Amino acid sequence: MPARSDPAQEESQVPRTARDVVFVDGVRTPFGKAGPKGIYHETRADDLVIKCIRELLRRNPNLDAAKIDEVAIAATTQIGDQGLTLGRTAGMLAGLPQTVPGMSIDRMCAGAMTAVTTVAGGVAFGAYDIALAGGVEHMGRHPMGEGVDPNPRFLSERLVDDSALVMGMTAENLHDRYPQLTKERADAYAVRSQEKAAKAYADGKIQADLVPISVRRTTPEGGELGWGLVTADEPMRPGTTMEGLANLKTPFRPHGRVTPGNASGLNDGATASLIAAEDVARELGLPVRMRLVSYAFVGVEPEVMGYGPIPATEKALAKAGLTIDDIGLFELNEAYAVQVLALLDHYGIADDDPRVNQYGGAIAFGHPLASSGVRLMTQLARQFEEQPHVRYGLTSMCVGLGMGGTVIWENPHFDGGNK
Amino acid sequence: MSTTAELLKGAAELFPDEVVTQAHVRHFDLPFGAGRFALITLDNGLDHTKPTTFGPQSLANLNAAIDQVEKEAAEGSITGIGLTGKPFIFAVGADLKGVELLKKHEDALAIGKGGHDVFKRLSSLAVPTFAYYNGAAMGGGVEAGLHCTYRTVSRAIPAFSLPEVFLGLVPGWGGCTLLPNLIGADRAVSVIIENSLNQNRQLKGKQVFELGIADAIFDGADFLEQSLLWTARVLKGDVQVDRAEIDRGEAWDQAVERGRFIADSKVHGAAPAAYRALEIISAAKNGDLRQGFDAEDQALADLIMGEELRSGIYSFNLVQKRAKRPAGAPDRSLARPVTKVGVVGAGLMASQLALLFARRLEVQVVLTDIDQERIDKGVGYVHGEIDKLLAKGRIGNDKANRLKAAVTGSLDKAAGFGDADFVIEAVFEEMGVKQQVFAEVEAVVPAHTILATNTSSLSVSEMASKLKHPERVVGFHFFNPVAILPLLEIVRGEKTDDASLATAFAVAKKLKKSAVLVKDAPAFVVNRILTRFMGEIQNVIDEGTPVAVAEKAVEPLGLPMSPLVLLELVGPAIGLHVSETLAGAFPDRFKVSPNLAAVVKAGKRGFYVYDSGKPELDPEVAALLVQGDSVLTEEQVRARVLEAVAQEIGLMLDEGVVAEAQDIDLCLITGAGWPFHLGGITPYLDRVGIAEKANGKRFLPVGVASVPA
Repeated sequence: MPARSDPAQEESQVPRTARDVVFVDGVRTPFGKAGPKGIYHETRADDLVIKCIRELLRRNPNLDAAKIDEVAIAATTQIGDQGLTLGRTAGMLAGLPQTVPGMSIDRMCAGAMTAVTTVAGGVAFGAYDIALAGGVEHMGRHPMGEGVDPNPRFLSERLVDDSALVMGMTAENLHDRYPQLTKERADAYAVRSQEKAAKAYADGKIQADLVPISVRRTTPEGGELGWGLVTADEPMRPGTTMEGLANLKTPFRPHGRVTPGNASGLNDGATASLIAAEDVARELGLPVRMRLVSYAFVGVEPEVMGYGPIPATEKALAKAGLTIDDIGLFELNEAYAVQVLALLDHYGIADDDPRVNQYGGAIAFGHPLASSGVRLMTQLARQFEEQPHVRYGLTSMCVGLGMGGTVIWENPHFDGGNK
Repeated sequence: MSTTAELLKGAAELFPDEVVTQAHVRHFDLPFGAGRFALITLDNGLDHTKPTTFGPQSLANLNAAIDQVEKEAAEGSITGIGLTGKPFIFAVGADLKGVELLKKHEDALAIGKGGHDVFKRLSSLAVPTFAYYNGAAMGGGVEAGLHCTYRTVSRAIPAFSLPEVFLGLVPGWGGCTLLPNLIGADRAVSVIIENSLNQNRQLKGKQVFELGIADAIFDGADFLEQSLLWTARVLKGDVQVDRAEIDRGEAWDQAVERGRFIADSKVHGAAPAAYRALEIISAAKNGDLRQGFDAEDQALADLIMGEELRSGIYSFNLVQKRAKRPAGAPDRSLARPVTKVGVVGAGLMASQLALLFARRLEVQVVLTDIDQERIDKGVGYVHGEIDKLLAKGRIGNDKANRLKAAVTGSLDKAAGFGDADFVIEAVFEEMGVKQQVFAEVEAVVPAHTILATNTSSLSVSEMASKLKHPERVVGFHFFNPVAILPLLEIVRGEKTDDASLATAFAVAKKLKKSAVLVKDAPAFVVNRILTRFMGEIQNVIDEGTPVAVAEKAVEPLGLPMSPLVLLELVGPAIGLHVSETLAGAFPDRFKVSPNLAAVVKAGKRGFYVYDSGKPELDPEVAALLVQGDSVLTEEQVRARVLEAVAQEIGLMLDEGVVAEAQDIDLCLITGAGWPFHLGGITPYLDRVGIAEKANGKRFLPVGVASVPA
């Protein structure tokens, strides 16, 4: 440490170096359909998170659980089995040493993404060496909007339009903003998402990061009673066709464009990831799957929240000093097909560009709100491994009340671009 | 319809109130491409406070589920079959209520055979079977799993046992035969005999695995998932299950011998179950399962039709149910809160009470005595005991600090008891002293304070009679050792009011004691019966029967210790004191033995010396004894002693000392350690006809603690 001759100099006495932050590993539960027929109808939300945490520890035996400095778990509706400071309670119930602290995070759909960027910030700063970050949403037990009490000023002062709190309506609004994004384009995108997801399953790309979950059924509406085991996503609809989608109802607007077929559904599921300082991960022999480059969150008009990923991506690219042309792989959350199309259109990327959502997306797998961010990352990490010629990839999602979030990652397996 | 189904249908008709367990079959794909799997979930549709049991209809349901998976296995549509339970419960065995109803040997045989017929199918299907012990597993629950090809156990299981011998049965749905063949005879004897006869000791998940009963162990948090992943690996051949070789040589016979030794030391040959179980374990050495199962069926049927089992179930229900809802206790809502306790006296008993109150109630406890030295000694004793608990790891540092801070002493009763809600005295056993103590305490405590006495023989009403508020006095009679024996006799004095009594019961519950409501009668329940019992032994000795004959006479009852060894434990002086009290109250039936008085006067602590390692009559005591010339045989002694006991209990019930004979038995089981297989004592007195002879009638109707007519 160099001696400081001038005590008036307003600098910290403690030297600091921002550290590289890496994505070590990510897992998730299979996603289920919310509601009484759904696979997780009788499964607690916290149990879904706990099982993800335990799986991460099992998969990384080199990691001494006592070395985990933080457990950040996101949920949108932090009530009941998603309340009680889930990061702490899930950690305790997962069997982490009691010295490991935990917290809850909320940024609605970008909850898990925010959990990752929050702990990543802590790692870069030097406060953490290793952290767990994930999210859960049991939309069956906790429907969107449960227990909310919006301030009446939102409407009286016209801070937001009536439609801003209904996500499907904001998607219709996005169609209005970009008339070229037709229902046909959205449906075609959705069909491809289902096809890609089915292929990814057939190729075994998804299963490796799924945590099997035992599920109990005591009422006959869901099928056979007793204990079962869930090893695959429930919402998938392989074989979806344009014809099949054409006549679906448009629940958010008569003769609208948003249907259950070109949107993600109401889902239950959880994710978790290990985030670490790169030097620590290498020292402990933990895998280094992705290196964090930059991230950004932005706000946009709540009525067109699906627009959010565009400025978020702009901002994250700018911070990284990259352009969209540097991005070789995209994992975009398919809350609505239109919202993915809006971003692609903005950058002049084709609807069926092979760099985008190679394994399919939320339209096929489902979107348990606060859990989805880590699913995008886990899938991008697998794609990085397979495609060492790609140097950068991004994960991006829209967020309720008009926000977007984008995280840019570097491929540690990058081979210099030799295809 | 298979014959098993018919058998079970017949049995189910005898038991219309069965809480029926369903056996749900659910199918799913295992990971790693291990194929389609059928998982059977045992579930009675109630929460974990109502554990899953097997009655005849429940067995029929499991049988039907096995029909289904057997077919699927045979046609190749599944690769494996699992068996597990609802959350926190695997299955806790046969439904005892159904067993109590059985009247005929053939019906009892059908229950044994029915269970066997269903369970053993799990070992002969076309695909491997897996039991996942996810939660509490007992008796038939454990046995259902033993028939499977493989077993996993949850590390979180709090209770796993084969408790049949404890109740008076044998593990008769495969347990006696399969367990020794799985883990060896010695370990099986530990589980089936030793644990059962040690107050039904339970195994935890880790021990189940270490004993070799389960092939794999997983944490509770994702037990079923990990069990199913393990299953997939086993089915794929990626995991080999290796089990320890079993010693079928001399070790097997030695294990059975060890079991006999344990049984002898616990029930002294007086209850048949352990010995029947050992016979089957012994015969299982040759590995012939069919022969073993047949022997189990016979043993089960014989025992179910035997009175020891009926007494065992009766005792179990007393301890599990009646003890939790004391007969005659006032409404719980009348109880007042107790936030501070005073203890008068700082001697050993008082100090033990202080420790118990501090630990269980977690309130301030103040000891008083006549000088500071005694108080310091008493508080020092309690603090020392707390340190011992800390050293043993039973409590942590913070708890030890809390408890030590809670227990203090005060020479000044007003300062110590001024805000106490409950004051108990444990001073010298003399009416005048106790009345004086209560008067002093009443002068300084608030109006609502309960005054409790730990007297073992004095009248509570008389003790209260000189107080301004006698309605606040209750008897609170503990049994030594206070920390271990569960019984608390709560005595209602003539003027005791409901609120005081309700408070006493509420305190008893927090102390984790089994409280029994007792009328204010001399020596209450346990001491009165024991004193009559031992008095009659003493009488026959005084009249001329040799000590050894008198002692041996009651051995066939299987009591925890012989009468004179018990006297030694109680202390001859205390025994003498109680007999004096009772002789004063009931001179026609109780008398003070001159020999006992002589022994006490000589300062002897007992009749025996243990120089040879075994109890032998102390020559100095022998020299003191003055005996008559009437020598009785063991049979004569036994008849005389038991008739005396039966007469005394009959009189106690007539006097209304307790509500029912059941309370007498509950007191003897929890306060004197009298065995389950006697049902306390009244079922035994009914069974052998002594009740009829002594009192002209039974204590309990036929069908209560006996085979129904």
